[in-house]
Amino acid sequence: MSARMSTGRTVAAHAVLLTYTLIALFPVFVIVINSFKSRKAIFADPLALPLPGNFDLIGYQTVMKQGDFFLYFQNSLIVTAASLFFVLLFGAMAAFALSEYRFRGNTLMGLYLALGIMIPIRLGTVAILEIMVASGLVNTLTALILVYTAQGLPLAVFILSEFMKSVSNDLKNAGRIDGLSEYRIFFSLVLPLVRPAMATVAVFTMIPIWNDLWFPLILAPSEEVKTVTLGAQVFIGQFVTNWNAVLAALSLAIVPVLVLYLIFSRQLIRGITAGAVK
Amino acid sequence: MGALELKSISKSFGSTEVIKAVDLKVEDGEFCVFVGPSGCGKSTLLRIIAGLEDATDGDILLDGKRVNDVAPAKRELAMVFQTYALYPHLTVRDNMALALKQAGKPRAEITASTDKAAAMLELGPLLDRRPAELSGGQRQRVAIGRAIVRTPKLFLFDEPLSNLDAALRVATRIEIARLHRDLKATMIYVTHDQVEAMTLADRIVVLRSGRVEQVGTPMELYNNPANTFVAGFIGSPQMNFLDAASLGFAPGQVGVRPEHLTISREDGEIAAEVSHVEKLGGETLVYARHPQHGLLTVRLFGEHEYAVSEQVHLTLLLDRIFQFDTEGQRRH
Ligand SMILES: Nc1ncnc2c1ncn2[C@@H]1O[C@H](COP(=O)(O)OP(=O)(O)OP(=O)(O)O)[C@@H](O)[C@H]1O
Ligand SMILES: [Mg+2]
Repeated sequence: MSARMSTGRTVAAHAVLLTYTLIALFPVFVIVINSFKSRKAIFADPLALPLPGNFDLIGYQTVMKQGDFFLYFQNSLIVTAASLFFVLLFGAMAAFALSEYRFRGNTLMGLYLALGIMIPIRLGTVAILEIMVASGLVNTLTALILVYTAQGLPLAVFILSEFMKSVSNDLKNAGRIDGLSEYRIFFSLVLPLVRPAMATVAVFTMIPIWNDLWFPLILAPSEEVKTVTLGAQVFIGQFVTNWNAVLAALSLAIVPVLVLYLIFSRQLIRGITAGAVK
Repeated sequence: MGALELKSISKSFGSTEVIKAVDLKVEDGEFCVFVGPSGCGKSTLLRIIAGLEDATDGDILLDGKRVNDVAPAKRELAMVFQTYALYPHLTVRDNMALALKQAGKPRAEITASTDKAAAMLELGPLLDRRPAELSGGQRQRVAIGRAIVRTPKLFLFDEPLSNLDAALRVATRIEIARLHRDLKATMIYVTHDQVEAMTLADRIVVLRSGRVEQVGTPMELYNNPANTFVAGFIGSPQMNFLDAASLGFAPGQVGVRPEHLTISREDGEIAAEVSHVEKLGGETLVYARHPQHGLLTVRLFGEHEYAVSEQVHLTLLLDRIFQFDTEGQRRH
């Protein structure tokens, strides 16, 4: 893995990675370029770049005019950020308890919490809807936040508890002898050391939440709590689809996730390069 | 003001008993060293004393008061860890000051204590650095500094020098001995290293699989081991054990230290064949094989020439041998 790696292998590795990057980015690229074109140009030549001639901002104009897209954005951001916060907080706390304390049923509890990774939460949609109706949370952002927190926790607990096991016991014990409370040990000693894992979990948790259509459609379809993905659906009709507007809405929806991703990936790299215990 | 007493302390992890009814008294101001093979429970015992681990059974007394249910921070002790365990996000100064801050001491007092400890360990120029910017030896000094700052009644060291290179280890060892003289605090020190144990200890506690095998001053253990385990563990190179019956003693084993065997090319009691020679400059170690007694080590002062496969004769210094019965217990 060092500078001594032969040139041939470096080239091969880069070729594979670049190919993968191209394949992964291609759909995004197509969406973004077409969002700047007129409807005719989209269908005439989907791969053409937006040039003077076919350049058209009609999609963005439609999005701005129709519906309350800023509100949708705000809703999506609130739901994603709040869910992410709770997943990371509760996930890390559960992981700390599971990895740090010996108690009866520890392993069983860990397995139980990890079970959710294999069972999709959507199987429980009907029951969830019933609960939300009963508790009067339908058409609130709270409903979405609760569901997404539950959805993100299993993976978070699983990944974070593995990482927390690797945090030096001596460090935690030094904190205890110096009189730090378990909360201080958790927040100021352990969390900073598992920051790369937290960033990984954040990225894995954030994307499905931002992109989800299912739960907003079922639990919060009313105008004032719509998320971006749901909002973009108004342009997709059974008979006519306003492609300009759909593409523009999707392009706009990419921006916030991209920003969040950049923040976390910087954390990831900083976490890896920071000096740890020894 | 730092006497420790353990009363039949036991510790089990699940069904495995790691510490088995350990009784021990450490006097105020004493330097007590725990030695024993890997996995015998030295660290566990230290963590029980510190309160980081609950004993399954038994009482821990500090200055005559039972402290089983007292939190680690309230036991007025400090611990130095093998991996240093410095807080990575704090500067050297804050690392040392944290415990005092937690205890709610006034700021002036905190600064005074950290400065004093820093001067003692020559950490002055490093006070504003973070642990990642220090060398291994410097980190270990900070870890010791963090312990001193609290002026504890009792210091606990868990193999504090094992991550340092040989030269630093000697320097830090001398530093710790000096600290013990200056602070007059009780210290409990875990080590694998013979030399550390022998040179630092007022008393050595030899542990084997969770039991205390023998307690005594270094010279008591060297001159008067209670059984083959202690005899083999204290002293380096290890004591030779020979079959007693074939030498004309009562059945069991005869132990003799490498420095108490003489070697000759002409004549002696035990004929053996040289299998390896180690020259250390100041001394020479000759390993000789005997069909019945196995590999025997002879320690000679100065430089000596012996060739591999050479036939030699070894003689025991009869007033320096130890006789053990078939159970491994010392015969008196
Ligand atoms: N948390 C734990 N759970 C289960 N067993 C443990 C735990 N901690 C220690 N042990 C066991 O207790 C025994 C004693 O461990 P301990 O760390 O005290 O040994 P040690 O004498 O310090 O060894 P070393 O010299 O290698 O540091 C070992 O057999 C170990 O496997
Ligand atoms: Mg140990």
